[in-house]
Amino acid sequence: MIEISSLSMSRDDVQILRDVSLSVPSGRLAAIIGPNGAGKSTLLHCMAGLLAPDSGQVRVNGQDIHALREQGRALILSLLTQSQGAVPRLSVRDLVAFGRWPHHRGRPTPTDHTATAEAMARFDLDALAQRSVESLSGGQRQRAFVAMAYAQSTPWMFLDEPLAALDPKYVRDIMDRLRAMTGTDTGKRSIALVLHDLSVAARYADFCIAMKAGRIIAAGPWRDIVTSALLSELYETPLRLAELDGAPVVVGL
Amino acid sequence: MRGLPIALTGLVLLAGASLLVGATNLWTTQLDTGMVLAISRVPRTLAALLAGAGLALAGVVVQQSVQNRLVDPGLIGTPEAAMLGLVAITLIAPGAALAVKMSVAALTALAGTAVFFMLARLVPRRDPMLLPLVGLIYGGILGAMVLWLGWMTDLVQFLSIWRTGEFSGVLRGRYELLWIIAGLAIILFVLADRITLLGLGEDYARALGLNYLQTVLLGLGCVAVTFAVVVVTVGAMPFVGLVVPNIVSRWRGDNLRQNLPWVAFLGAVFVLGADLLGRVVRWPYEIPAATIFAVFGAVLFLWLLNSRKPRHHG
Repeated sequence: MIEISSLSMSRDDVQILRDVSLSVPSGRLAAIIGPNGAGKSTLLHCMAGLLAPDSGQVRVNGQDIHALREQGRALILSLLTQSQGAVPRLSVRDLVAFGRWPHHRGRPTPTDHTATAEAMARFDLDALAQRSVESLSGGQRQRAFVAMAYAQSTPWMFLDEPLAALDPKYVRDIMDRLRAMTGTDTGKRSIALVLHDLSVAARYADFCIAMKAGRIIAAGPWRDIVTSALLSELYETPLRLAELDGAPVVVGL
Repeated sequence: MRGLPIALTGLVLLAGASLLVGATNLWTTQLDTGMVLAISRVPRTLAALLAGAGLALAGVVVQQSVQNRLVDPGLIGTPEAAMLGLVAITLIAPGAALAVKMSVAALTALAGTAVFFMLARLVPRRDPMLLPLVGLIYGGILGAMVLWLGWMTDLVQFLSIWRTGEFSGVLRGRYELLWIIAGLAIILFVLADRITLLGLGEDYARALGLNYLQTVLLGLGCVAVTFAVVVVTVGAMPFVGLVVPNIVSRWRGDNLRQNLPWVAFLGAVFVLGADLLGRVVRWPYEIPAATIFAVFGAVLFLWLLNSRKPRHHG
């Protein structure tokens, strides 16, 4: 469970998060949605302990995330983020294996090898094991990075725009895999992710965090709180939550 | 490990050649051959190997820290920062022990490199060519400060020794500081995984449990000491830290736990090769190893920039 209490943060005199309080139950696939500049990514990075807030607190599974050292945090939560630098020239297997680093700090045990192998298999990466991450297509590359975060075996996974620039086929592929690993059973994960595609969010998420201008507009189980009215207010444009062949879709009017 | 026998054979041949080739003819009875070897040739060969290994390792560390493969600590102000420290301590305490001078140089080199690291966080990452250019300008400014200080205080002759790396002045008793590089190499081998993680970027490095700033500081500390030692003993040698890490990265990828020994090895061999070539082409005169390396390094680098990307890593 994540408990966020009165989190505020500003940068260069711009208030990015304004007194955010929120709790997200475990075992959910929680989508953070909202217009550009709402503070979604900042909130996620604050939750992951990578950005220090000006005030407020984030507790993940009871632990104050900003009071922990990197090592302790890395055992509670993993992160997928938008990397900006050079793409690493690592083989896919080496990349995924680095997900185990917080557990072994350089001396892998058989448990680490098993976990790496499981993550590779789960994300169908065995055929790509020796390929350089640099040589993969966008969709394959994203899958490899998600597998690395998965190999970290943390109860929580945070993903910042995991679908950015992916084709529909890969969007579906990644989201199906994420959905399948979400839950409260042993081995299952809790997931929080920033999403831009509202139809994808409507289809896969079971918890919604709606943000606008650094504030939480609404947060709760997706079915209970997300309506056409909420989405239209959130994005300041007429939007309609509808159903097409039994699956939810969001369309602009 | 594939290629290890070939590599070792190459090293032995090159080192052997380095012991035999020079302005002094060893096949004569007028000289004590053993003395020439012990005082000049052996130290010179070891100095080239150590300096080359150190410069190449320093290149990897900086490239991973700023996530940019086109950066070479030798071209972003690190040697100039070391020289600034050397000039300053020479003016303040001319009689200071060599160890003191070197420590001051290491500290200013660390400060200079740290400033570049902070610059790198501000420079937009979209075009990877931008950062090396920023580094060149920054290094140019530091270099101009060094030159001005040197000129004002009649130390320009010292500067020319520090600025152009060459090994003709290496004698027993005047290169031993370079052995510090062997120690630094061991530290970097221990840190190898952590430095690979730096290359994934700050967010990933920290999310994977790395103390990011501490690791960067440790890495840059090793770079600074390497440059201080190299500048003091043989002089600056740009391009080594650029070319060698790029060759290894293309050939074997970025997993430094496996590849750092290759970086050190190739750096050592290339610099010794450059020194050897410099001794041969205008015999009995010498061309500085740094000059030779810059010529070959630039060509090699242009080729690396334009050749296609590798698909597999072993």
